[in-house]
Amino acid sequence: MDKHLIIEGVGVTFETKRGPFVALRDVDLVVRKGEFVTLIGHSGCGKSTLLNLVAGLLHPTAGHIIAVGREVAGPGPDRAVVFQNHSLLPWMTCFDNVYLAVERVFGGSEPKAKLRERTAAALALVHLEHAAQKHPNEISGGMKQRVGIARALAMQPKVLLLDEPFGALDALTRALLQDELIKIVAQTGSTVLMVTHDVDEAVLLSDRVVMLTNGPAATIGEVLDIDLPRPRDRLALANDARYMACRSAVLAFLYQKQMKQAA
Amino acid sequence: MTAALPRTALTHEPAVTDAANEPAAPARTTARPPASTPVPAGLSAAAVRRRRTELLLRVLAPLLGLLVFVGLWSLVAKGGSIPGPQVTFDAAREVFADPFHRNSPNDQGIGWKILNSLSRVGIGFGLAALVGIPLGFLIGRFRFLGNMTDPVISLLRPVSPLAWLPIGLLVFKSANYAAIWTIFISSIWPMIINTAVGVQRIPQDYMNVARVLNLSEWKIFTKILFPAVLPYMLTGVRLSIGVAWLVIVAAEMLTGGVGLGFWVWDEWNNLKVENILVAIIVIGVIGLALEQLLILLAGRFDYARNGA
Repeated sequence: MDKHLIIEGVGVTFETKRGPFVALRDVDLVVRKGEFVTLIGHSGCGKSTLLNLVAGLLHPTAGHIIAVGREVAGPGPDRAVVFQNHSLLPWMTCFDNVYLAVERVFGGSEPKAKLRERTAAALALVHLEHAAQKHPNEISGGMKQRVGIARALAMQPKVLLLDEPFGALDALTRALLQDELIKIVAQTGSTVLMVTHDVDEAVLLSDRVVMLTNGPAATIGEVLDIDLPRPRDRLALANDARYMACRSAVLAFLYQKQMKQAA
Repeated sequence: MTAALPRTALTHEPAVTDAANEPAAPARTTARPPASTPVPAGLSAAAVRRRRTELLLRVLAPLLGLLVFVGLWSLVAKGGSIPGPQVTFDAAREVFADPFHRNSPNDQGIGWKILNSLSRVGIGFGLAALVGIPLGFLIGRFRFLGNMTDPVISLLRPVSPLAWLPIGLLVFKSANYAAIWTIFISSIWPMIINTAVGVQRIPQDYMNVARVLNLSEWKIFTKILFPAVLPYMLTGVRLSIGVAWLVIVAAEMLTGGVGLGFWVWDEWNNLKVENILVAIIVIGVIGLALEQLLILLAGRFDYARNGA
């Protein structure tokens, strides 16, 4: 088994005015190469915190994280992040937004023409060739998120980190992008760690769903293997008994075992 | 210090109505008139009415305002101590008849006066931008520097510009340089503060992109910091130029030489009040033009931040 990403005994404690606040504790998780793992839990359970730890944007106060044989010490382009709010730079065209990332990763070793080629290919992967020269404020929310995905994929990251990537989109656009993501991941063989609070999204996309308990001091509650064959088709699965069983299992965890007190 | 602001600034950027030195949000919506489309042949009655209202609001109302102003002025002038619009207009015609004459060091045309004042403002303001903007970036980027400079800036910022003039005279031993120094020191604060605030308010998202990509400090500056701060910076520049133009007249009154400020004082000594009124109008028009120029400039860099 190829241990692509290892999270070992990780905990995070924030120092607050009212004393230490334990956000996460004792998180152990191993992600294999090419695996699609989803983190799901109620809001405030620390799933985004866990993702940010892997990204290197936050540092664990206990345990350690090893990505592709190296301990995570800070952020780096080998762990590309797609942020929930797309985080495109509004003063650059979509092309330049992606190019900035491509240039950072491959600029040292490849000529400019090749970098442009990579950028164009990444935009083509998300079907946005026609919007390359547009600025982010000229395109829809779904398109922005696609540019965000293109930017992350163009870096050819060892691990692709998705932080509720479709959370801000309407249901139809979200379904469309999920289907696209399924194809892209199949095509590129990416290793993906995704945060979501959408049960269908988690089951449809993942090889494994990691369910987090409620915070404070959240940790992994259950891990569910999604044993559905790929390629997966949204419509065919809608009435599939195994799909329904997976879905129920996740729902049961979220709404029976971890019912959130009225916030 | 009360900044006389043109109508556009008042209606579009309420943030600017603070004391001129306060940090203000960048000009989001600049005074960009809605695109006026040519009248198609078959225009509905409602559309015609809307266009008429638009015309009334955009053209007639300002004209009426000016008319009322001139009317009030005439009324006040009837009292005798202040020249009326007609006298002032005649004086202006005389002043502008030969704007670039040069009879003696003390008798030069209005064109030279304006150019002299503008060049003092330009040099003082330019130096202030050269120092203030980079300083603002450093203060905004490094908290230690920010905390270090905070007490000094807070202490010096509220000082009336003319209080700096004697220091300038003492150090530079020249009235001209003292005036430039006064412009420099009084117009530097809005640029420092707005630039620093702009750097501090960069959305964390953009910085996260920089961190995930592991960009070099130079790339961060050119690709993220500078473009993100530019609107704030330009607001600072606009406020600064306003302050500089306010201060130059007062400074020149005290230092003398060729310039609009000293001209006002000179004509007061000559008791040619109509020329003082001409000077006031010229000063106002130039101030307005400077402000509009910078609003125009800021509009060009308004990369529709609503997309963020």
